Amino acid sequence: MGVAQVPPLPETPGPLFPELASAEEKFRQCIQCGVCSGSCPMGEAMDFAPRRAVKMLLEGRFNEVVESNTPWLCVSCHTCAVRCPSQLQISDGLFPALRAAVMAEGKAIDQDLQKALQNTYLYGNPMGISPKKRAEWAKTAGVPVPIMSQLRRPVDVLWIVECNPSFEPRGQEISKLLARILNALGVDFAILGPEERCLGDCEWLAGERGLFEMLIERNIEILSKYKFREIIMTDPHSYRTLLKIYPFLGGRYHVQPVVAFLAQRLDQLKPLLKKKLNATITYHDSCCLGRKTSHYEEPRMLLRAIPGVKLVEMVQNRESSLCCGGGASTIYLDRYIQERVKDRLADRRVMQAAATGAETLAVACPFEPARFEDAVKVTGNEQKLIVRDIIELLAESMEIA
Amino acid sequence: MGKDIWVVAEHFQGHLNDITLELVAKGRELAQAAEAKLAVVLLGSKVKGLASELAADVVYLVDRPEFREFTPEAYCAALEAALKDAQPRAVLMGSTSVGLDLLSMLSARIACPCLDNCTRLEVRDGRLFATSQIYGGKLFVEVAVPEATTLIAVIPGSFPRPEASAAGRPEVQDIPLPATLPELRIKFRKLIEPPPGDVDITQVPVLVAVGRGIQNPDNLPMAEKLAEVLGGAVCASRPVIDQGWLPLTRQVGKSGMTVKPKLYLAFGISGAPEHWEGMKNSELIVAVNTDPKAPIFGGAHYGAVTDALELIPLLTEEARKASMKKAS
Amino acid sequence: MNIAVLTKQVPDLVEGVEIDSTGKAVDPDSIRYILSESDDHALEEAVLLKERTPARVEMFSLDTGEVRDTLCMALAKGADRVVLIRTGLETLPSNHTVAKIFASVLQGLSFDLILTGVRAIDDLDGSLGGLLAGYLNLPYVGLVRKVEMADGTSMAIVQKEYPGGYAAELEVKLPAVLGIQAAEQPPRYVPVSRLRQVMKTAKVEEKETTAPEPETVAVERMFKPEEGMGATMFSGTPEEIASQIVGLFSERRLVR
Repeated sequence: MGVAQVPPLPETPGPLFPELASAEEKFRQCIQCGVCSGSCPMGEAMDFAPRRAVKMLLEGRFNEVVESNTPWLCVSCHTCAVRCPSQLQISDGLFPALRAAVMAEGKAIDQDLQKALQNTYLYGNPMGISPKKRAEWAKTAGVPVPIMSQLRRPVDVLWIVECNPSFEPRGQEISKLLARILNALGVDFAILGPEERCLGDCEWLAGERGLFEMLIERNIEILSKYKFREIIMTDPHSYRTLLKIYPFLGGRYHVQPVVAFLAQRLDQLKPLLKKKLNATITYHDSCCLGRKTSHYEEPRMLLRAIPGVKLVEMVQNRESSLCCGGGASTIYLDRYIQERVKDRLADRRVMQAAATGAETLAVACPFEPARFEDAVKVTGNEQKLIVRDIIELLAESMEIA
Repeated sequence: MGKDIWVVAEHFQGHLNDITLELVAKGRELAQAAEAKLAVVLLGSKVKGLASELAADVVYLVDRPEFREFTPEAYCAALEAALKDAQPRAVLMGSTSVGLDLLSMLSARIACPCLDNCTRLEVRDGRLFATSQIYGGKLFVEVAVPEATTLIAVIPGSFPRPEASAAGRPEVQDIPLPATLPELRIKFRKLIEPPPGDVDITQVPVLVAVGRGIQNPDNLPMAEKLAEVLGGAVCASRPVIDQGWLPLTRQVGKSGMTVKPKLYLAFGISGAPEHWEGMKNSELIVAVNTDPKAPIFGGAHYGAVTDALELIPLLTEEARKASMKKAS
Repeated sequence: MNIAVLTKQVPDLVEGVEIDSTGKAVDPDSIRYILSESDDHALEEAVLLKERTPARVEMFSLDTGEVRDTLCMALAKGADRVVLIRTGLETLPSNHTVAKIFASVLQGLSFDLILTGVRAIDDLDGSLGGLLAGYLNLPYVGLVRKVEMADGTSMAIVQKEYPGGYAAELEVKLPAVLGIQAAEQPPRYVPVSRLRQVMKTAKVEEKETTAPEPETVAVERMFKPEEGMGATMFSGTPEEIASQIVGLFSERRLVR
């Protein structure tokens, strides 16, 4: 099944309406086929679904679109961009520009999102926690987790942990387990610790280009201090941003998601997977690992390598996977979205998982465990389905959990 | 400087506020320790009757129509007049909307020291010490109250209210104010009542919080009954709101409301960070959960591992009994 | 109408505060400063007033910590002029001192409204606005959540907050000082790109003052509250637990 090549973002990103204007030529190629609106999981709740929004913009009706709820309901699942016959950058090009327009005009934005952006500006993370505490989780990892500034030597692998896996308790659990797996594999790695700052994916997609650029500049500066062969990442959002956007501003690195890194070491990993899990597992392709960067098979390879695992697929999988609803900074727009959408994406996805008969829903994105676990409770699947990150399943089989 | 203790009374719709009774009790204690008098400054209109509810030696009174509602300028002028020839040891008032205005203006106008956010007052070796909180309660500061009449604003709830209504027979003296007051630059227009309709949980002193452990919406009425007996309202963690059992206005947590009630009773709430963030500054947190490892037990003040559905009706009954006992 | 907004920077609690070796004050090296939250609201209210009536907004800030960001933010939000007040003081003085500094700075200037946040997290000796009003002999209302102008510019109608959702509507003859509790809407967001733009072109005036003899509050000691060690657990039958819990309520005067 051929996957449409996702076109790159414009060469020289500039301020938004001009960006929109310069992309106008491109967007005039829209044939109004409606595949975007048909694919959009939030289309029904939007005042103007993508197809209509594009039409209105081309007619010069900027204000109507900018003032509607449309800009804030896009979860950046990228289904539209992947399927658009004219290869238009809708979710990750048009929508951030719309959001930036709202902010540029001084209009009020959702308070949760505003707080997240302000926190990122002040503290380098949307949670608003002091950056000094970024490596606190490592203290109780049970294995050494070297920090680059203290190590003072080149490393093979720089592991960029990112915000959620550093500060949110569920994310921290997974980080600790990954540290143990890396140790067990004898990987020469280190983290940035208190020097690490948000890579900026949420901020970019929220339309805060200025903040995004500030973060990129700072991160490139930090990374330039150190020598490492490659970068691995647990957060697919940041992975995609580092891979595809940072090069525009001079940040070029060899970077891969943790699932790919581990899949490459499957020969080494397999003998360590001792415990039989005896579970039927279904895997959720996150948008950033899936549609945006095409890492479909590595996570499945890892899961199949675990003894006693039977892998089943949900009705929407791989390119047609259904977003959990947390992308594009909408993780901070939950309240906004909840007021406007009856059927939450995470709930819909969990229902699909339960329908497969699997007992475990496997994920590979730090946003997902909390969202899906909430959805499991809400949909009444508490006795039937558990949510586990692939790292957690590997660690369980390696008996290092 | 004399040794008397003064308290500035606050009242609302004909009743003395709790803070006044708390300060009068504490003031009485301090005055007795110094073998001095306790005076209460009572300003208002048709409030003379409240004097008999004050266990003070003296009540300095202004009872005039212009004082019916609090306006900073008029009340400040009255206090200035009362303090003109008196030098009490300390003037206590609530760290409240009324008290804070008075404290600040008066301190500048009559050049006397002042202290805010006070939570403790004690006498040691004949000297008066005050403890105040700063940084939202992250730090405390102990201060030797200056040897001059000092205005002190106390955080409500810092001192106990006397159990029995300690009524007194204070001597009532009128504060000398001119018959016609000078042109007042602040005038009261009207009182704005809270909007009817759903409860603003950020303004409620007691919250009965329900989580997934409540299991289904049929169990909400029992939580509401408990809330009613305790004088509070029901709120919830996200999963309950997500199910539509309660409106969004009742959601506590990261993408809901942040609350700081006097009492937060958490039933069947695990205490996930997103929820904890919204209520961690509650004065008293009591958590009930069947899971002994629930994270909420790490931060709550008190807890119990038991079934919330069984406990709630029992609590309601006990609370009702205690209420009736108190009233009698 | 001329509106002055007076602000100060306070320690950022996110970064934590540590007590210094004397045990009587906060260790200045441990502090990162940010704009006091209610001052941010005061600025927002001023900008909202400017959007509704012809007005000029001027912001004055003391020079504790990195203030330039804050002042440029104010310009980006719509302030007409921002002034950094150099006090030469190493640490944040008491509110009495701050009020006297502002009183001398505002001497001879004619402002119709002076707005400042009603409370800052480090307040120990009263509200800045109230003290300032006392020194300048101006009317003052604190805990204000809404300001409107009535018939031209000589009178402001304000809402003063009380507990339980109540508020008093008061009319205040200008010039006056108002202590803002919350603006009518949350402080607006300024995109970083706009802030950076302003920082490149902004004119931040500076004004030297000789600080008056600082009035300090004589601190005996400063201390942190006891750390919570986890919940004190009640046990027994549900009846026993209920009884213990309500006993706790009675003790804490929570029974009505």
